[in-house]
Amino acid sequence: MAKIKGAVVIDRERCKGCEVCVVTCPTQTLALAVEVNAKGYHYSYAANPDACIGCANCAVVCPDGVITVYKVKVG
Amino acid sequence: MAEINTNDIVRPENLTYVKSKILTDNVMHYCPGCGHSTAHRVLAEVIEEEDLQSRTVGITPVGCSVLMYNYIDVDFQEAAHGRAPALATAVKRLMPEKFVFTYQGDGDLAAIGTAETIHTCNRGENILILFINNGIYGMTGGQMAPTTLEGMKSSTSPYGREVATMGSPIKMADIVALLPGTCYVTRQSVNTAGGVRKLKRALKKAVQYQNEKRGTCFIEVVSNCPSGWKMTPVESNKWMEENMFPFYPLGDIKVPAE
Repeated sequence: MAKIKGAVVIDRERCKGCEVCVVTCPTQTLALAVEVNAKGYHYSYAANPDACIGCANCAVVCPDGVITVYKVKVG
Repeated sequence: MAEINTNDIVRPENLTYVKSKILTDNVMHYCPGCGHSTAHRVLAEVIEEEDLQSRTVGITPVGCSVLMYNYIDVDFQEAAHGRAPALATAVKRLMPEKFVFTYQGDGDLAAIGTAETIHTCNRGENILILFINNGIYGMTGGQMAPTTLEGMKSSTSPYGREVATMGSPIKMADIVALLPGTCYVTRQSVNTAGGVRKLKRALKKAVQYQNEKRGTCFIEVVSNCPSGWKMTPVESNKWMEENMFPFYPLGDIKVPAE
């Protein structure tokens, strides 16, 4: 069966760490980093990139438009 | 099945979502998690997808979104506080081929600009009014707005809004839906991916109705104000679902006959 694999690219310097993407992600791919960016926000990152299905829900709710989503059909 | 590397997925041909080019690269001044930013992004996407960039004129309000012209790359005109619909009327009458929208918060649209809003809707001016309702005055420090819920605390209602002395919250969308000039009145939200996608569909409908000269379109976006409500963005979204949505139910209030 064909499977969809996704990947997210997050502009960590523009991220404000609001966590809205983290709670929206259906596969728990995203998490807030322990480190902070130059503005002092705990930026969002793909903690579990293998789980990403490329649904783009994180990018659709991201207030600052920092998330870019890619997806590909494999298998 | 061969394992696929992230670098193999991140290629231009696999692109699923990227922010619209009409949204500039300026970092928005809004607080983390603010619904204004999401609404700006959706509006920019609609302008790009409908190919409206060269013929859009936006009217900015006074409020948090006063600097909106720094973030969306279309023509803008700043209005005096609350007078955005009046200015939009003038722009649309002088240049009927333009797509004209106003973007207003609850202090601008429902307090100081109530008269302009109601009369513009009553005249059925062919514009889009985008109303961001977060139940508080965000920019000035969290004072009570006309849309503040009963019992909701703000810096000018520290014990909660009391109906006996402060009146009941006002449902602007329901009020303008009664006027014959409005053609499309709807209430949406931007806290979930589904909500954002519905708002995008509503905006596209509003563009279509304006092209068809059907009358005023009024879209209310129930939004959060994490700083004004003194909550984290995730908590504020949850609070909004539990408290705002029962009083401001989402969905279409008035749709034109086909």
